Amino acid sequence: MSVDMRTYLAHVELINPITTAAGCASSGKELAQFFDLNRIGALATHSITMAPRAGRPTPRVAETPSGMLNAIGLQGPGIEAFLERDLPWLSQRSVRTIVSIAGGTVNEYGTLARRLADAPGVTAVEVNLACPNIEDRGRVFARDGAASAEVISSVRALMRYDVPVVAKLSPDVADIVAIARACVDGGADALSMINTPLGMSIDTETLRPSLAAVTGGLSGPAVRPLAVRCVWQVHAALPGVPIIGVGGVLTGRDAFELVLAGACAVGVGTALFHDPYACLRVLRELEELLQARGFQRLADAVGLAHRPPGSVSRHRTDPAPGQGASNMEESPL
Amino acid sequence: METPVTPVQVTGTVLTTRRVEAYHALTVVAPGIAERFRPGHFVAVAVGGPQTSMLTRRAFSVHDVKPDYGGTVEFVFTVRGPGTSWLAGRRARDTLDLVGPLGRPFPLPRDPVSCLLVGGEYGSATLFGLADALQQRDCRVDFLLGGASEDRVFGALRARRMGVTTTLTTEDGSLGLRGTVTDALPGVITDTRADVVYACGPMDMLRGVTAVSVEFDIPVQVAVEEAMACGFGMCMTCVLPVIGDDGVTRMVRACVEGPVFRGERVRFDDVGTIPFDALGAPGAPGHSGARHVS
Repeated sequence: MSVDMRTYLAHVELINPITTAAGCASSGKELAQFFDLNRIGALATHSITMAPRAGRPTPRVAETPSGMLNAIGLQGPGIEAFLERDLPWLSQRSVRTIVSIAGGTVNEYGTLARRLADAPGVTAVEVNLACPNIEDRGRVFARDGAASAEVISSVRALMRYDVPVVAKLSPDVADIVAIARACVDGGADALSMINTPLGMSIDTETLRPSLAAVTGGLSGPAVRPLAVRCVWQVHAALPGVPIIGVGGVLTGRDAFELVLAGACAVGVGTALFHDPYACLRVLRELEELLQARGFQRLADAVGLAHRPPGSVSRHRTDPAPGQGASNMEESPL
Repeated sequence: METPVTPVQVTGTVLTTRRVEAYHALTVVAPGIAERFRPGHFVAVAVGGPQTSMLTRRAFSVHDVKPDYGGTVEFVFTVRGPGTSWLAGRRARDTLDLVGPLGRPFPLPRDPVSCLLVGGEYGSATLFGLADALQQRDCRVDFLLGGASEDRVFGALRARRMGVTTTLTTEDGSLGLRGTVTDALPGVITDTRADVVYACGPMDMLRGVTAVSVEFDIPVQVAVEEAMACGFGMCMTCVLPVIGDDGVTRMVRACVEGPVFRGERVRFDDVGTIPFDALGAPGAPGHSGARHVS
C-alpha cells in the first residue's frame, strides 16, 4: 500500500513534500530537461529581485568537504523579465511554483510582492531574508527579528490572501526561535530553513580566498545537522507552523530526518548539482522509508522525533495491521 | 544556430583507460550521450563514487565518440585535485556517472572553407571531433597545438594524421616552435590561408587567439574552459562577460550559452570581474531598487 505523501503549506496542498531549494534550480527550465516538474511538490525559483543583477565575480564556488561554498550574488534577470518569461513558462505547465524574492529594503520586498500579487501561477512566496538591509548599514534582515517581521508583514499585506508567505531563515543567528516567532507574528504562513550559513575557504596554492567574494554560503550535507537542529528547535516552539526543511538533503533518509524534526516539506538543493534526478530519488526513498516503518501518511511522521522517549508511535500500523483506528492515542506505557 | 540537445544522465561502464602524455583519457560506454553528441559538447562527471563527499561535477570536453557497444565517449583530463585523482584511479569495468551531452556545439561553416584548429594543453581534445565534421564538409583542416612542454601538447600525432599541416609549439622548446600558439598564429594563418579559426584552451590563450584572428579579420570560435559545479545551467557558477547581439554585455553561463562563443564577443580582459557596464552590474543604471531596466 502506498503512503499518502500529500502535505500542506498553510492551506495550499502539495502532492508531495519535495521541493527544490531556492537558487538551486534556476527557474526550472534546466531541470525540466530531466523530468516533469509536476512530479515534485513544488519548484522554488531562484530569488527574484526588482532590477536585473549580474551577481558576483568568479570564482563563485568552492567545493568543501561534503559541501560547497557559493557566492553567486543573486544573479537574475529581475522581476519584469521573470513575469514576462519565466513565470508564464512555469504556469503554462501547471508547475506548483514557490517564488523566492529578495530585496534591499522593506519597500523593495513589498513592491515585489505587489508585482507578484496579480501574476497567475504563484503557489507561494518565499521571502529570502538573507539580504543586506540598505537602510540599516547593510545589516542582514535575517539576523534581526524586528527587521524580518517588518519585511514579512509588508509582503503579507500586499500579497494575495490565498498565497502563503514563507519566511526563509538563516542559521547564522543567536536565537533562531526568536526570529521564527517574529516572522510568524509578522504574518508568515510558513517557515523555510535553513538558508546557507556563511563560510570561507582559502586556496593554499594561490594563498588567497577561494571565492572572489571572499565569503560564501555553505551548503550540502556538511550543514544538515545545523538544519535538523534549527527545524527541531522551531518546531518545538511553534508546533503549528508548517516548516520547509532545507539543508544538505541528499537521500530519502536525510529528508526523513528533517520530517521527524518537524518539517512538513523538504527542499533539495545542492544535491541537484550532483544528481539532476535528486528530487525524484529523494521522494521515492522517503516514501519507501515511511512505508517500511509502517506509516500510512507522511503527515503522521512530521515532528515525530519530539515525542517523549519510550513512547510507542501511535502511527505504527504493524502491531495491528488493518486496524482502522490507527490515529487513536496510545498510552506511552 | 544549433538546436539545443536534451542531456541525459548515464551510469556508464569504463571501457578503457589510458595515459596520453601528461594526461588521462577514459572511454565510457554511454550510448545516450554518444548518439546525441556533436563536436564542442562536453560531459559533466560525478566523482568519488556513491558515498562521495565531492558534490560538484567535473566538466570535460569530449575527445572521441565511437559506435562500439552502442556508443562510447572518451574524455581527457589532468589530475588537479582529489576529484580528478579519483578519476585517474578508475579501471575498466568500473562505473561512472555522466551527464551529457552538454553545451552548445561548434557552429559549422556551410561552405568548404579553410579551417585552422588551435588547441592549448588538453583543450585540443575537443578539436578532433570538430576536424572530422569539418572534413566531412570538405573543409580544409590545419592544426596549431601547443603546451608548456612536449608532454603537455595533446593530440600531436592525431593532428598530423588529420590536418593538411600541423604546427606545434612548446614554451620550453621541447617540441616544435618555442613559444605559445598565439606567437605562431599569424604565420600559420597566413600559410594556411585560414578562413576561420576554432580554438579551445586556457583563457589567456583564447584571448590571444581571438586578438590575432580579429587582426586578420577572420571569424573565431572559442570553446572556454570555466569551472562549473553542475554543467547544466542551474548553479550559475561558470559565468563570463559576453556581448550579446544587442550590444549589451551579460554575465552568461559557459555551460548553457557556451562553451563555444564567437571570440570577439567574449570580454576576455574582464573575465573574473563584473564589468561596470554589464546588465545588472552594481552601480549600473537600473541596479538600484527604485529603478529597473526591463
